[in-house]
Amino acid sequence: MASADGNDMTKLDRRTVLGGAALLAASGSGLLPGLSGYAQAQSSAPIKIGFQVHRTGIGAAYGRWYDRTTKAAAKLINDTGGINGRPIEIVAEDDGTDPKRGAEVIEKFATKHECDVAFGTLFSHVVIGSAPRAGELKLPYFVVSEGHHVASGMLNRYTLQPGITDVKSQVQSMAPWVADNLGKKVTMIYPDFAFGHDHRDYFSEAIERQGGNVISKIAIPPRETSFFKYLPKIPKETEVLYHVMVGPGVLTFVKEMGEYFGDKRPEIFGFIDSLEAVDITSPGLEFLEGSHFWEGYPRYAGPDQTEHDKFYRAAVGVDNNGASLSDPKDVSTYAHMFGCWETLHILKAGMEAADYKGPKDRQALIEAVENMDVFPESRAHPQGSKLFNGRTHQAFAHQHISKVEGGKLVPVHKTSIFDTYYEDEVDYTKMSF
Amino acid sequence: MIRSILLHGLVIAALIALEPMLSEYHHGNLARIMVLATYAVGYNVLFGYTGLLSLGHAMFFAAGMYGCALMVRLAEWSVGPAFLVGVACALIAGIVVGFLALRTIGVGFMIVTLMFAEAAYLTILYYNEYTRGDEGFTIPQSVRAIGTLDLSDTTTRYFAALTLFSICLIASAALVQSKAGRVLIAIRENEDRVRMLGFDPFRYKLLALVTSAVMAGAAGAAYAVLFGYAGASFAGVQYSIFPLLWVLLGGPGTTLGPLLGAVLMFYLVDYASGTIMPGLAALVETQFGIEAPGLASAWLLLVGVALVLLVLFAPRGLLGTVRVRMIPWLP
Repeated sequence: MASADGNDMTKLDRRTVLGGAALLAASGSGLLPGLSGYAQAQSSAPIKIGFQVHRTGIGAAYGRWYDRTTKAAAKLINDTGGINGRPIEIVAEDDGTDPKRGAEVIEKFATKHECDVAFGTLFSHVVIGSAPRAGELKLPYFVVSEGHHVASGMLNRYTLQPGITDVKSQVQSMAPWVADNLGKKVTMIYPDFAFGHDHRDYFSEAIERQGGNVISKIAIPPRETSFFKYLPKIPKETEVLYHVMVGPGVLTFVKEMGEYFGDKRPEIFGFIDSLEAVDITSPGLEFLEGSHFWEGYPRYAGPDQTEHDKFYRAAVGVDNNGASLSDPKDVSTYAHMFGCWETLHILKAGMEAADYKGPKDRQALIEAVENMDVFPESRAHPQGSKLFNGRTHQAFAHQHISKVEGGKLVPVHKTSIFDTYYEDEVDYTKMSF
Repeated sequence: MIRSILLHGLVIAALIALEPMLSEYHHGNLARIMVLATYAVGYNVLFGYTGLLSLGHAMFFAAGMYGCALMVRLAEWSVGPAFLVGVACALIAGIVVGFLALRTIGVGFMIVTLMFAEAAYLTILYYNEYTRGDEGFTIPQSVRAIGTLDLSDTTTRYFAALTLFSICLIASAALVQSKAGRVLIAIRENEDRVRMLGFDPFRYKLLALVTSAVMAGAAGAAYAVLFGYAGASFAGVQYSIFPLLWVLLGGPGTTLGPLLGAVLMFYLVDYASGTIMPGLAALVETQFGIEAPGLASAWLLLVGVALVLLVLFAPRGLLGTVRVRMIPWLP
């Protein structure tokens, strides 16, 4: 079986594809496991879900919205009967966007709060720093990080990422559309640390498979505050300028790009990560008009808005521009935060499939989630349908490309799920508990 | 001297006796605190006793951490020898940085150590292929063992941390009460007079810095081995400031101050971020119907206020104040 970009898809087994197709067709039918029919409650005590949240530190903007999304999902789950008839209780602790504190918080969930599972968080170093303790404490740890660290095999059987795709998927799925619509000679500008290096490596490979190539790779050192000296390094023959997460200096970066290029610029493609929680109409971002962005989930509700998206926005408190209903200047991290909503619903489905009663059923919960193949588009999965690979503990989903038009992000392309798939790098199911 | 030996022996005995009594939560916390206190004990030798304020000590912690973790990850060494490599890396870093940074004094020393640490941090990010940069990497549970001792086991980890802490505490107490230690204290009080008395302050300051670096490196290597993670954030400026705060809180120039400071700061952060401020936010929400999510994240303000009060009312730190007011022989 071949993917849209010609990858060998033999690792995506027959069961997944056939089961996936059938289940996707049955989306919303009510026949799907976990969406109906609660098991009889064995106890009325709440199921405690430890929520690792970036309240302080560099991830605070993401944390604020992860928190709101999680509360909204928990309310919905509780309003519709809880899990196995039991309510859920979110126990939130600030991880300070710091791996040491993250690990301490995991310990606290397991040994002080006696949580059933742990859940969160975005920044990769916090997840990687926390996962070893989750494994040692045998505490299921559902992360919403988008890092490739889960599927790479670096972590352990207790760590899963079923609610959001990883950076490898996101990046490689962009290449076909970029090559077909923007150009094949690409210059990449990226931060000179692991996140940027992942983009550099995965996109370089992916664009080459499309017959294109990266003609220049410009790494921006951490804490850089001005980008003028890097811009002359962009080759004149560049057709596409690919930029990603240049840190807190993103506004300066865009402004200086505008001053450098003026009207004569290459096509520009970026990742929305650097502009999450930032109003796209902010002064200084005018130069982005006409450029394109990856979005995990389109921030602006368009004419094709689904009923599920309407429901999700209303529940979380987000308007059609992706900002808070109570404060239009408080822009959400819409491209990522859906992962919290969806992960909690997967947790619910997993606990119901495992007939989860308490910590002794943690292994059964992990096995139940590992056995899942498909998450059909629904209220529980408003971002869209997903395939889940139980061997790598990683979900795969549609990705979106939007164009900045009139100060808004207008969706122009939706990838196939198969564009995001890649060969297994680990089989966690063969690891012991 | 006998009182000092008894006091330190008592503290170590109390930590041993606590082990079976602690809840699982506090058990894990104390293991981590003892590793961090080891780092602070080393910092105290340089800052508390010698009067040299380093703003770049995270580079030594990270040298130990990466020296150890990379040997496990890339060379597939077992953690015992890898730990020694980590300590050796910190030793070498201490000698090199010491020879260069000790040519400066006061604010100059602070800036030079800060710059060295920044260079070390950026080096870790630059060699992302090996270090995984800001993300860091894990050390699998399966290799975190010395012989039959599983270092990820709760009890083993506790006693491993206690052993390391005890060695560094005793070494630090022995050093500061030795002739060399008295010279270090004299340098802190009046370096020119020490020089006039015929001592070479540079040699003694280098001794203090290298001792401090080795202890920081041992703590960094121990963190990697006991908690299974190495990452660049441990080389960041924040982790250079932490030991300074722990020492200031506990009492600079007191052997037990670093432990007390690390314990208090850990639980202050833990309760402020997990209980006090979120509780206050919930109270405001229920009593006044106002959502105050910002209040839940304002725990750093609480920690800051506590530190300001400490500086105002106990500038010598807690044990420093105890020594001045109650127990003058406190080492």
